[in-house]
Amino acid sequence: MFSRVLALIVKELLALLKDPKSRMVLIGPPLMQLIVFGYAATFDLNQVPFVVYNADTSAASRDLIAHFTGTPTFRLVARVDSLAQIPALIEGRKAVMALAIDARFTRDLLTGQPAPVEVIVDGRNSNTALIALGYANEILSDYAASWASQHGARTPSALVMRARYNPNLESRWFIIPGIIALLAQVVTLLVVALTVAREREAGTFDQLLVTPLRPVDILLGKGIPGLIIGLAEATVILLAAVFWFGVPLRGAVGVFYLGAVVFIIAVIGIGLLISALSATQQQALLGAFLFMVPSIILSGFATPIANMPQAVQWLTLINPLRYFLVVVRSVFLQAASLASLSTEIAAMAAIGCVSLVAATVMFRRRVY
Amino acid sequence: MSIRISRRLRGLVRKEFVQIRRDPSSLAIAFLLPALLLLLFGYGVSLDAYHVRVGVVVTQPTAETASFTSHLQHSPYFAPVALPDIQAAERAIGRREISAILWLREDFTRKLLASGGAPIGVMLDGVDANTARIVEGYLQQTWQTWLAARAAEVGQPVPGATISGALAVTGRVWFNPAVQSRDYLVPGLIAVIMTLTGALLTALVIAREWERGTLEALMVTPVSLREIIVSKLAPYFVLGMGGMAVSVAMAVWLFHVPLRGSFAVLVLAASLFMGAALGMGLLISSVARNQFVAGQIAIIVTFLPAFILSGFIFDIGSMPEPIRLFTYLVAARYFVAILQSVFLAGDVWSVILPNAAALVAMAAIFLGLARLVTRKRLD
Amino acid sequence: MARNPETDAAAIAIEAVVKRFRERGREVPALKALTATVQRGGVTGLIGPDGAGKTTLMRLIAGLLRPDSGRITVLGIDVRSDPLAVQGAIGYMPQRFGLYEDLTVRENLDLYADLHDVDPAERQARYAELLHMTGLAPFTARLAGKLSGGMKQKLGLACTLVRAPALLLLDEPTVGVDPVSRRELWQIIDTLTRTEGMTVLLSTAYLDEAERCRSVLLMHEGTLIGEGDPKQRTETMGGRSFHVDAEGTGRRRLQALLAGAPGVLDAVIQGSHVRIVTRPGATATVEALLPTLPGAQLVAVPPRFEDSFIDLLSEHGTAQAKMAPPPVDPVAAKDEQDEIVVEGLTRRFGDFYAVKDVSFRVRRGEIFGLLGANGAGKSTTFRMLCGLLPPSAGTLRVAGVDLRAAAAAARARIGYMAQRFSLYGDLSVMQNLRFISAAYGLGGQRQRDRISWALAEFELAALADATSRDLPLGYKQRLALAAALMHEPDILFLDEPTSGVDPLARREFWRRINGLAEAGVTVLVTTHFMEEAEYCDRLLIMAQGQVLAEGTSESVKARARSAALPEPTMEDAFIALVQAAIHPEIAA
Repeated sequence: MFSRVLALIVKELLALLKDPKSRMVLIGPPLMQLIVFGYAATFDLNQVPFVVYNADTSAASRDLIAHFTGTPTFRLVARVDSLAQIPALIEGRKAVMALAIDARFTRDLLTGQPAPVEVIVDGRNSNTALIALGYANEILSDYAASWASQHGARTPSALVMRARYNPNLESRWFIIPGIIALLAQVVTLLVVALTVAREREAGTFDQLLVTPLRPVDILLGKGIPGLIIGLAEATVILLAAVFWFGVPLRGAVGVFYLGAVVFIIAVIGIGLLISALSATQQQALLGAFLFMVPSIILSGFATPIANMPQAVQWLTLINPLRYFLVVVRSVFLQAASLASLSTEIAAMAAIGCVSLVAATVMFRRRVY
Repeated sequence: MSIRISRRLRGLVRKEFVQIRRDPSSLAIAFLLPALLLLLFGYGVSLDAYHVRVGVVVTQPTAETASFTSHLQHSPYFAPVALPDIQAAERAIGRREISAILWLREDFTRKLLASGGAPIGVMLDGVDANTARIVEGYLQQTWQTWLAARAAEVGQPVPGATISGALAVTGRVWFNPAVQSRDYLVPGLIAVIMTLTGALLTALVIAREWERGTLEALMVTPVSLREIIVSKLAPYFVLGMGGMAVSVAMAVWLFHVPLRGSFAVLVLAASLFMGAALGMGLLISSVARNQFVAGQIAIIVTFLPAFILSGFIFDIGSMPEPIRLFTYLVAARYFVAILQSVFLAGDVWSVILPNAAALVAMAAIFLGLARLVTRKRLD
Repeated sequence: MARNPETDAAAIAIEAVVKRFRERGREVPALKALTATVQRGGVTGLIGPDGAGKTTLMRLIAGLLRPDSGRITVLGIDVRSDPLAVQGAIGYMPQRFGLYEDLTVRENLDLYADLHDVDPAERQARYAELLHMTGLAPFTARLAGKLSGGMKQKLGLACTLVRAPALLLLDEPTVGVDPVSRRELWQIIDTLTRTEGMTVLLSTAYLDEAERCRSVLLMHEGTLIGEGDPKQRTETMGGRSFHVDAEGTGRRRLQALLAGAPGVLDAVIQGSHVRIVTRPGATATVEALLPTLPGAQLVAVPPRFEDSFIDLLSEHGTAQAKMAPPPVDPVAAKDEQDEIVVEGLTRRFGDFYAVKDVSFRVRRGEIFGLLGANGAGKSTTFRMLCGLLPPSAGTLRVAGVDLRAAAAAARARIGYMAQRFSLYGDLSVMQNLRFISAAYGLGGQRQRDRISWALAEFELAALADATSRDLPLGYKQRLALAAALMHEPDILFLDEPTSGVDPLARREFWRRINGLAEAGVTVLVTTHFMEEAEYCDRLLIMAQGQVLAEGTSESVKARARSAALPEPTMEDAFIALVQAAIHPEIAA
């Protein structure tokens, strides 16, 4: 019996790779997304344009400004003579941040009064605003600490920050392992969801059904190519992540692949379900899209699940991508062991079982 | 002559509306999808971290350490979890149960009271770098307010001895003082949604006519190419603007995003953007004559860039140079700039005018190209 | 524009037109320096097998394509320089007329009236006329998508006629339309040419339709191979057509013998006879043609247009190559065992009975035809027989196995050839065969043997690595049949196996099927070609989900015999039976 399924798998892979349309689905979007996400989708800030209003012309205030211009994060675009000029610059998006140093700055600093500094950020993009503000705070603390130590003063406390797993807090280390999960899902889902509809449209599905292949054989023959292609895609991006983008792979590759297999099987179940329910490729595409968009947004791929409202957080529990993202990121950055990821893998396996059983039932009902 | 043209055009436009009315899928793409996406994003996507779980390890509890932990407790940003020792904390961070560890060692109280420089060790979970940065900022802020509060309590023994004594930093976030990410995500999302209705819907609808052979039948009638194009643009322009109205209404009344600029500017900018989006849709459908390919291309060249390269979520200024240059080709970029300003800042003409001019140019280029490549022939 | 008096007189003048298409990097010639004229008035038929270039020519005339070289003048206007003027003057109905399926009949008419700028004042009268002519008057508020295939074609025609054009181009208007609707469409076309003096250019693959045309243009592989009055062409074939009968020799055996005879150009089964066309100059006697069967009888019959077409194609060297050898090893006696047993078969979709209480039996080695108008329930019946659709009630035994109980076991003995020769277009011929044979559980030496058998038997060896999507239709059909026969099934299901292929490929196909039947394979076939119904041993005609008639083609034809129609054709019989069932009052 397995030779028949094998023949179906070979046929499926041949059809996928020879059809220019399917090839486009397999190669176009993943490549595009890898480049775009790899390079463009970053929360790290660079060259943030800022303006300075410095009413205090002393060495101390110039030193403070030099602290800002000395980092690649900020780029000084203008010095203004009055506070009234700032709103126009920020409103007009010439600058994202303004640093205003009061005329009393040096005097207060020397007399021990709190020296006033104002940091204004453009909140139209609140994420950029928060991060910029964070950077500015850090620079200001540094400045104050170094000023204090130079002037023999002592600080009662010191905040010693270190980041574990990602010492420079590069968002690329966070995003790129996520892309592996994301693209494995997109490609597997498209391959599997469209496969039956494509045969239905071409009229070959009847041909398939009149052979002695059982529905289970057909499901296997349709699902396994998805697994092969999904794993191949994941491998390609994994290599790109390590060798091109330089993301450290600290954990065991075996754990990654175990997670990937379980995850892709769960996605295949969902894809087959969509496939069984749709009569045309159009419907299948729509179905895949309707599953994919919420599953990406509610997966923790870009924004943490912990920030979502409680009800939405519960909803994410049935999303396999959520678990696989944890597996990928932990294996990459935390060198996580299989034991520490058992909950995630078990959850994906459960989702896979449910979706595969549902797909089989729907498939039998639809094809007799 | 003008009467002759208008009858054909009227007939075509009427047909298009009848089809839209009967085909629930285009209405769904125009109205349901925007609502769905807005709900998803409005509720699902938030970059604001509240109640971040941090593990606190206090090796030698004193009144001083209690003052710090209770300060942490009262911050809306943190939900501190007391842990017995650093090993337990490390296990917890490994299991992703906490996002950061704060460690007050046995010398904390002594140094705080005597020599100064009492260390608070912070270990951030760097896996989610973005969240880590935000947590880092919150910690800085909380720590500074704690120091200030402490300074006020115990009085200043030595002037300029504390950091809060050295600098009085006032951070201000304009236009969005509460730093709600929803307030900037929702306006940007409108651009993404209109790309979807404008380009994707138009591309699909024309590809469908190719697929079903209806365009071939149309082409042998004396109808001119201009009439065919206009009859496709007008209804989907209306539909796209309808989708925008739904989105704006949801933004203002459901998500309470402030609309500080004028509605007229919003409508005008949306019309310009719609022109560019429809032009792209038309262009795509003349390249791809079946819905599957048209849908693929539309998603890759319009939807994804609108999402990622428009400055809607990710800061364009921080992207590498080649990609930053490429974003100038993304019409959504200009529209997102206008939307975020009109919603949160008001009618800032120095933002609106250049971006609107860019949109005019984009619309002219795309519509012109579409007109150029569309032929009233099959080959 | 300089007007040429000679081309002005003609409705269409085509001068040395060349058109090539680029396909996957290759240049494919569609028209090779074609020159032809279409006179004003009457119906001109554009006849040719699939792929001859008929649709390309139609599109060139309508200004939808631009010729690579050459010139087309329509009603005195040069198409290249002023396509809009041509499009304003003609009506064109593409093969799949683009009706807006989500618009009603009335809305479709309104749209085309707007597009053709028909004055609203004139519309009512014109609509009434068109709706009456097409019989669509009761359905004006119905969505076009909900009309039957024949009604859609008629609505498409009505839409192109909203403003009576001087010239009407119809691209295969009768393809996929059942005989009843086909006859109605022709009545409309006749009315138009007679009463409105319209010129009609109509392309078709049905050769019997050519006989209704005033003149024909015969196309083959992008060139014009003949033109003129179809009656004259038919007459030139006089004295070469015969019915052959032989007592004691089965008609299929007889046909196989005749097809192999050197003096015979064409031999097809017609009812109980075999109809032959002799080669020019061949001696038409029993002794010369059938030396082994001296008892056979030869009766001269009037020629038909198809004979001249076969003759013409054979001159172009295509007929010879496709001759297959006659079946070698016929099974002497037919088994009386019933291979297919259908009793009380019923299929409901909600309240609607697609098939209601259908019963019939098919014996081993029999060719059994399933006929019916569009929507008569034959496809539903067929799908249930193949196990693609569960029946709502009734029993279904195929190859002695209850299909409901052991579908997989039954399927292993069934060969299935789907409509449109559904193959995996991206796979090569070899890959298709390999996959299908493996799906039927063939492996190892047996699989290799069967694949080399298929490649040899169907002359596919040279094309083994060709992508099957790019195959000519005739080869696709061969591949589909080869695929259905990989596992040597006992029962063969054929769903419209010859639609769209040219008459020569059709003959070759039937020769193979006859050979299989002789070897004991049971064949169940659906078809729209009434002529092919004659090839079947027995027929079942369905209407509205029920059995209308069952029996041999002779007995079915006998039921339609009347004073007005002493010698009804299969088509006459079919139409009479269907109309009697649907409108009993008309038949009475």
